Amino acid sequence: MTDNSLTLGESLERQGVTRRGFLKFCTATASMLALPAGMVPTIAAALEKARRPSVIWLSFQECTGCTESLTRSHAPTVENLIFDYISLDYHHTLQAASGAAAEAAREKAMHENEGKFLLVVDGSIPLGHPGYSTIAGISNLQMLEETAAGAAAVIAVGTCAAFGGLPKAAPNPTGAVSVSDLITDKPIINVSGCPPIPSVITGVLAHYLTFGTLPELDQYGRPLAFFGTSIHDRCYRRPFYDKGLFAETFDDEGARKGWCLYKLGCKGPMAYNACATMKWNQGTSWPVESGHGCLGCSEPSFWDAGGFYKALSIPTGDISRTAGYAGAAGLAIGAAAVGLNRAAKSRAKKQHGTVTVDDLEKTS
Amino acid sequence: MSTATLERGLNALREQIDAPVAAFFSSCVNCGMCAEACLFYTETGDPKYTPIRKLEPMRLIWEQEYTIAGKIKKLIGLSEPVTDEMLEQWQELIYASCTLCGRCSLVCPVGNDIAFMVRKVREGMVASGNSPPDVQSAAIRAVKIGSPMGIRLKALQAQIKHIEADTGLKIPVDVEGADYMALLSSMEVINFPEYVESLAKIFKEAGVSWTLCSEAFEATNTGIQIGSTDIARELVQRVVDGAEKLKVKYVISPECGHAYTAIRWDGPNLIGRPFPFKVVHILELLDELRASGRISTKDPSGEPVTFHDPCSIVRKGGVVESPRHLLDMVSTNFKEMPDHGKWNWCCGGGGGVSANTDAEELRTRVFRRKKSQLEESGATTLVTACANCRLVIEEGLEEYNMEFPVTGLTEMLAEHLVTKEEA
Amino acid sequence: MIEPMDFLLWVRGTAFDVSLSIFVIGIVLRLFEILSLGRAANLAEPRGTEFGPGMKTILTRNIPEAGTFKRQPLTVIAGYVFHIGLLISLFFFVPHIQLFAATFGFGWPGLPTPIVDAATVLGIVGLLAVLWNRLTNPVMKLLSDKEDYLVWLLTFLPLLTGYLAYHRMVDPYPLILGLHILSIELFLILFPFTKLMHTFTLFLARWYNGAMHGRRGVQS
Repeated sequence: MTDNSLTLGESLERQGVTRRGFLKFCTATASMLALPAGMVPTIAAALEKARRPSVIWLSFQECTGCTESLTRSHAPTVENLIFDYISLDYHHTLQAASGAAAEAAREKAMHENEGKFLLVVDGSIPLGHPGYSTIAGISNLQMLEETAAGAAAVIAVGTCAAFGGLPKAAPNPTGAVSVSDLITDKPIINVSGCPPIPSVITGVLAHYLTFGTLPELDQYGRPLAFFGTSIHDRCYRRPFYDKGLFAETFDDEGARKGWCLYKLGCKGPMAYNACATMKWNQGTSWPVESGHGCLGCSEPSFWDAGGFYKALSIPTGDISRTAGYAGAAGLAIGAAAVGLNRAAKSRAKKQHGTVTVDDLEKTS
Repeated sequence: MSTATLERGLNALREQIDAPVAAFFSSCVNCGMCAEACLFYTETGDPKYTPIRKLEPMRLIWEQEYTIAGKIKKLIGLSEPVTDEMLEQWQELIYASCTLCGRCSLVCPVGNDIAFMVRKVREGMVASGNSPPDVQSAAIRAVKIGSPMGIRLKALQAQIKHIEADTGLKIPVDVEGADYMALLSSMEVINFPEYVESLAKIFKEAGVSWTLCSEAFEATNTGIQIGSTDIARELVQRVVDGAEKLKVKYVISPECGHAYTAIRWDGPNLIGRPFPFKVVHILELLDELRASGRISTKDPSGEPVTFHDPCSIVRKGGVVESPRHLLDMVSTNFKEMPDHGKWNWCCGGGGGVSANTDAEELRTRVFRRKKSQLEESGATTLVTACANCRLVIEEGLEEYNMEFPVTGLTEMLAEHLVTKEEA
Repeated sequence: MIEPMDFLLWVRGTAFDVSLSIFVIGIVLRLFEILSLGRAANLAEPRGTEFGPGMKTILTRNIPEAGTFKRQPLTVIAGYVFHIGLLISLFFFVPHIQLFAATFGFGWPGLPTPIVDAATVLGIVGLLAVLWNRLTNPVMKLLSDKEDYLVWLLTFLPLLTGYLAYHRMVDPYPLILGLHILSIELFLILFPFTKLMHTFTLFLARWYNGAMHGRRGVQS
């Protein structure tokens, strides 16, 4: 474990990171956060002086995909740089300690950094029954409430923590909820995605370290710098959409030519994320580039938004069946209407009084 | 004692509504294009004369009684009931400002046959006692005396005697087994006896076996004009009885618009069975005689002449080409009006309007359309094929101080006919 | 608070099923209501046929008579512009075609989005012109009732929300997309019970008109 008393600058120096390398990181951070280049020295200065903050990472109903996303990146990356230089005091998947020692580390970090530590949460919290998910015999809800009480801010990493995620998918058997459903008195930043892009997580941390504040957020509490534009608007396949060129199946001519995947269910138009620009695996590729439509995994309720392979414009139900039933019902109601109209008209015919020229004047 | 009541009127509307009416009302989007086809709107600029609006009482009955949505609307008070006051107010729109000319029916973008529906609304107006008094009187005369103008057989006999004495032609009456039975309109008996004379002359030359029927010479049918199926049936039955008694093969509809509608298109439906004889319009017959070479003409006039298409005969009757063929026989200088054939504008007096004194002022106003059509045609003589059009146009021309001789096509043909002696 | 995404899911799910059902039931009901009133057999000897002229009138009524057009060009032009704009954006935008394909089991090629976009603008401008005409033309003003304005709004909203959604002029996207779909659902629900029905019944109306005239030897 690294020494918490060192500043980030000192720590980097000890690790043998050059000034050039550090500035490169600062520039990358600035561009990631959509800050002007003039901010780079400010970022550098702030980061150099920053104390490595204590971070407590709680994992609830999750699949560890978010952690995987962060740790699978190759060194040296900005992600690693940042992660080496925060003090990750509790993360039950990554930490060496286990059992009582692990919980003791959490308690220690909480008390020593009361009001200053960052709380990172991945996974949703089950409200259906406390026993659905526990850590060291403590229910997720209790642990979250306890820990969040002393946190400076909460970062909900991944769609589960941010919006409930897959555990919340209908019929939501565990009564899963998001962090923001429970914690209302702390600043919360949602870094959604299933999983989120690692650079986005580190970017948010960098922002916090630099400015001591949370970045500008959208209405879902997501950093606008990363979630400000839709996948669709930044997608390199967008010109094909506009030209009306679509892949109809995953192995047709259109698919080979890299045409738009809208018809194959791509949810890019409704998904806000940075995949199209930041990409995954050190900028190697991203889902659409690899030939699969966007699932919209950074969006609330994406898990229940109809089929992944159904175009966004297609209703979630079975419309052919609905139309069929409605047609049958229409025939039945229509037949009743025919009966009514026929009866009304034949009644009118029966009531016809022959008009003679003696009947033309109005009876007064 | 009259039996006319609002309830009977509404019931008549209920009876009249059929699938086409329902399709028409379902399709109308109130675009107002029909107004531009109606001379009562174009010449007055008053939007109340918009054709589709004239159908509002029937539209309400249709919506309230033949659609589930309309029934609900009525139940929760979103739809006003049709009252006697409404029908009274609508009398002007249904009778004085609609000649049933059917021009709107050709213009409607969604295909509504508005004139067809106005005719149906008249059934409700009659049954509720809301038809105009003048038209009522004409109907009473037609049924009780035998002619809307009050002409009795004696008057016809006098005319026949007169013509026979003048021309030496024979006018056959009640000849059993003749091929053709000719009908006349009262106006032809009183105002234009030349028509009868022309028939006699042409048929003699062409060798057509024909007759008049003393019990059924009147072709007009006020039942059609006022809009009463029952009265129309009674009047048509007289013609059918006459034709069946004389065992003729054909009945000739004269130069009269609504008479053609009555006997040709409505007749069999009124009496509920197909006719055992055929009905031809006089122009159709003359065109046939021309085509088969049984008549020929001489000295065609070089004076510019134009033709007024009677709505009931052309647009609504389908006799479009015959008058043109015949005009070419008598004129070398035939000029079409700007809107002609099925697009012609009504004289303004059809559909019972000319019989309605309440409509007189309006009729004169809207005659301006015909006036400008005549002026634009470049012709100096007008030919038509409907005694009512002819009378209305003559009155209109007089009102606007225009010198414009008007004549009937049959008459004009007779004038130019090559007789056997000449040949 | 209703989440925009939940709203979008609701309009794509339950609301769509409900409105589609009402639409289908309503159309069938209305057509039955119309046809149940029947048409008496015509005993008069025909001069021409009914079927052919009826079909022909279905086509010919797409083109206005020259004189009438000259008298009222705005009604015709604005009517054409908005119908064309509406039909192109409705039937040739790929996401819409996907919906039709999912319903009927077959689709057709779409148009590039800039063309659909232009068509939408055309539709919006045409509809505004139609409204202006309805408010100022004395005939239309007199004829128009509440239903005419309701029907106008029902037609206008999908075009407007569609345009806003496509250009992402309202945030977040699921909200405006949801509103767009909701506006279509309102349209579907009220369609059978308003004069929007003319979309279907005009074929009947034109045919009847053409047939009745055709029988008498006139092409109407």
